[in-house]
Amino acid sequence: MIYRNDRAYPFCPGCGHSSILDALNAAFEVRGAAPEDVVIVSDIGCSGLSDQYFTTSAFHGLHGRSITYASGIKLARPDLDVVVVMGDGGTGIGGAHLINAARRNLGLTVLVFNNLNFGMTGGQHSTTTPPGAITPTTPFGNLERPLDVCGTAGVNGAAYAWRGSSFDDDLPQRIAEAMDHPGFAVLDIWELCTAYFVRGNRFSRADIEATMEELGFARGVLVDREVAEWAVTAPASDSPGPPREAFQVTHRSTLERPFALVVAGAAGGKVRSAARHAGRAAIVSGLWAAQRDDYPITVKTGHSVSTLVLSPEPVGHAAVTVPDAVIVLAPEGYGKVRPMIEAMGDRGPVFALDGLVEGAVVIDPSRAATRIPRTELALAAVAAAVDRLGLFPVEALADVVARIGGRFAERAATAVAAGPDLVSA
Amino acid sequence: MREFTDGSTAIVRGALDAGCTFFAGYPITPASPILMMMMRELPKTGGVAIQGEDEIASIGMCIGAATAGARAMTATSGPGISLYSENIGLAIMGEVPLVIVDVQRLGPSTGGATTAAQGDVQFVRWGTGGGYPIIALAPASIPDCYRLTMRAFDLAERFRTPVFLMTDKELNLTMNTVDLADYEPLPVRDRVAAGATDPMYAFEPADRVFPMASFGGESPVRFTGSSHDESAMITKDPATVGALNRHLIEKIETHRDEIEMVDADLEEGAETMVVSYGITAGAARAAAVSARASGRRVSSLTVQSLWPVPETALREAMDGVRRIVVAELNPGLYVRELERIAGDREVVGVNRVDGELLTIDEIGESL
Repeated sequence: MIYRNDRAYPFCPGCGHSSILDALNAAFEVRGAAPEDVVIVSDIGCSGLSDQYFTTSAFHGLHGRSITYASGIKLARPDLDVVVVMGDGGTGIGGAHLINAARRNLGLTVLVFNNLNFGMTGGQHSTTTPPGAITPTTPFGNLERPLDVCGTAGVNGAAYAWRGSSFDDDLPQRIAEAMDHPGFAVLDIWELCTAYFVRGNRFSRADIEATMEELGFARGVLVDREVAEWAVTAPASDSPGPPREAFQVTHRSTLERPFALVVAGAAGGKVRSAARHAGRAAIVSGLWAAQRDDYPITVKTGHSVSTLVLSPEPVGHAAVTVPDAVIVLAPEGYGKVRPMIEAMGDRGPVFALDGLVEGAVVIDPSRAATRIPRTELALAAVAAAVDRLGLFPVEALADVVARIGGRFAERAATAVAAGPDLVSA
Repeated sequence: MREFTDGSTAIVRGALDAGCTFFAGYPITPASPILMMMMRELPKTGGVAIQGEDEIASIGMCIGAATAGARAMTATSGPGISLYSENIGLAIMGEVPLVIVDVQRLGPSTGGATTAAQGDVQFVRWGTGGGYPIIALAPASIPDCYRLTMRAFDLAERFRTPVFLMTDKELNLTMNTVDLADYEPLPVRDRVAAGATDPMYAFEPADRVFPMASFGGESPVRFTGSSHDESAMITKDPATVGALNRHLIEKIETHRDEIEMVDADLEEGAETMVVSYGITAGAARAAAVSARASGRRVSSLTVQSLWPVPETALREAMDGVRRIVVAELNPGLYVRELERIAGDREVVGVNRVDGELLTIDEIGESL
């Protein structure tokens, strides 16, 4: 198989990129996959030019994001060999992707062409530039510790990590080994940038080894572990998609105009659930319902207010400034709907637990023949209001509550049955 | 038969019925329900759903998967679109079919996560460098969410380009009643696969959309986000680069008639027309109906394809109209498009930026 085309590499004399690409080509030859089944995903920078010298498939995307494209390709076509070619710049701007790809362990092979600086844009320092190095952006010496590519990938679960240089004779074998290895494999390949880093720091092949030594960056195969394959096990389904609850009209409502009912309580009070049951019941009663919920993003605290608009005609939206009735179940909810209640004036009733709202129709749980659990109080109060306001038959509410099944159904049924008794006749 | 549901659910159903095979997203209110449903439902179809480590990874994975033959979708909100920006440009340049759902929330910045807004309508059009066209659709109801999601997949394939579905917190999270008969599935074209001898890209004739080669086929495929020739090799040759960039424009501009969509309710002899889209459209239409009931002649028009601007339908609807009212939940963004084509007609914006929806009365006052 031929993997190289007839174009000559464009790299500067002495640049390590050519040697690494020759090693990559040798690895391809050893492995023997068809060129169309190999995808080189190149990043940005001089190494980003690499794919153009191969006959394989290629994806040349944005700076730092090559691992994300490679992940998408591998997820869609796990049978393909996907090789990422990126520079040390990519390990900075795309550092999050490197770490998370290691953690995720899709079968990608990442070659970091690590020439210790930004060779395409003028030799600026990168995440891997050694301490003290002089670059146009570290004119008085680099102050930052370089990124340990292999250590970072390894500690986050990568299956395979190797560090070496473009001068290593075993580079082709190591690339082939990495490609054969299940899971995420990374090769941190140090090399010379003759245009900038070598010139600015009198840096040589010997300095590569010395710098690794100084930093305590070990060489060779540093990580080699078995990892689980990334695969979702989901039950197959003939009709996938969100479960659909389709209602037939089995009851009748006499409501002649849109009616807005606001249920205001506290987090944990199953306010939204109670309103949702009322909406379902309205639909089986031939009405159209819309429900808009309002609650803090910290869902287990503060207010929970549901606005339910019921209408004989389709409801445009459930944004209501002046409701027709309000149920108040907790001080948190009252605080939120107080302006609405004031705006409502005498237009409609307020139902409230005793002591919450002056002048309201009192919802008194002690009137119930059986004790209503706190969690079902909202539903009982909604049943009481629906009954008192004549919005639709309470039997419709009982019917839809019975549909939910399980241990909740019984408690909910009790609440619906007891609801109308909670307010005085 | 009716159901009690929300726009997020309808979008997921639309995506599955359109043959979506890949989804990647990152949690963000109010788009998260789409992510959660896709994570649960897509694997059951043999598709792949994944939560990326961030928005950039998510759209990147979608683009990668699409080039390997997948029908891909992602969903986010305004802050996520900001992070998608550079990759949107990549999808335009690389001619990648991709559906991007933008469940808009109140901005700027983190703004109001659980608050409805329509503040991204210009952002998605101009949100990446270069100024090249994209397609954006705006559903105004839950059945619309289903239908236009399918339409988005179809247009993405037809034009090999990212297509935005512009919804908002209210449309996606508010429950509403839908008659099942109102869900109209739309046909979704299959991807036209390139033959073994077809070039990777082709630019002439400029308006023609060429079959797409995917990774994993019978011959090697090259993809690039750099200015390229027909073999996806990087080039600076002005003739080639000019042809490429003209092609990116003309493949959409020349075929606007295939994309432009409106839902017009025009009144004979109307001097006033209210234009709206998305979540605001319901109130705008109702305001027009109400104005007519009091003896005024008012037309209403709901824009369904925000981009390209449905200029043909808008110009026709403007005939005889002296005053155009544009209702939208932002400081006045899409109104610019009406001003651009309205000639000497008066163009008035009705806007809210406090997180509340525009009411029928508020719009009615301007009619």
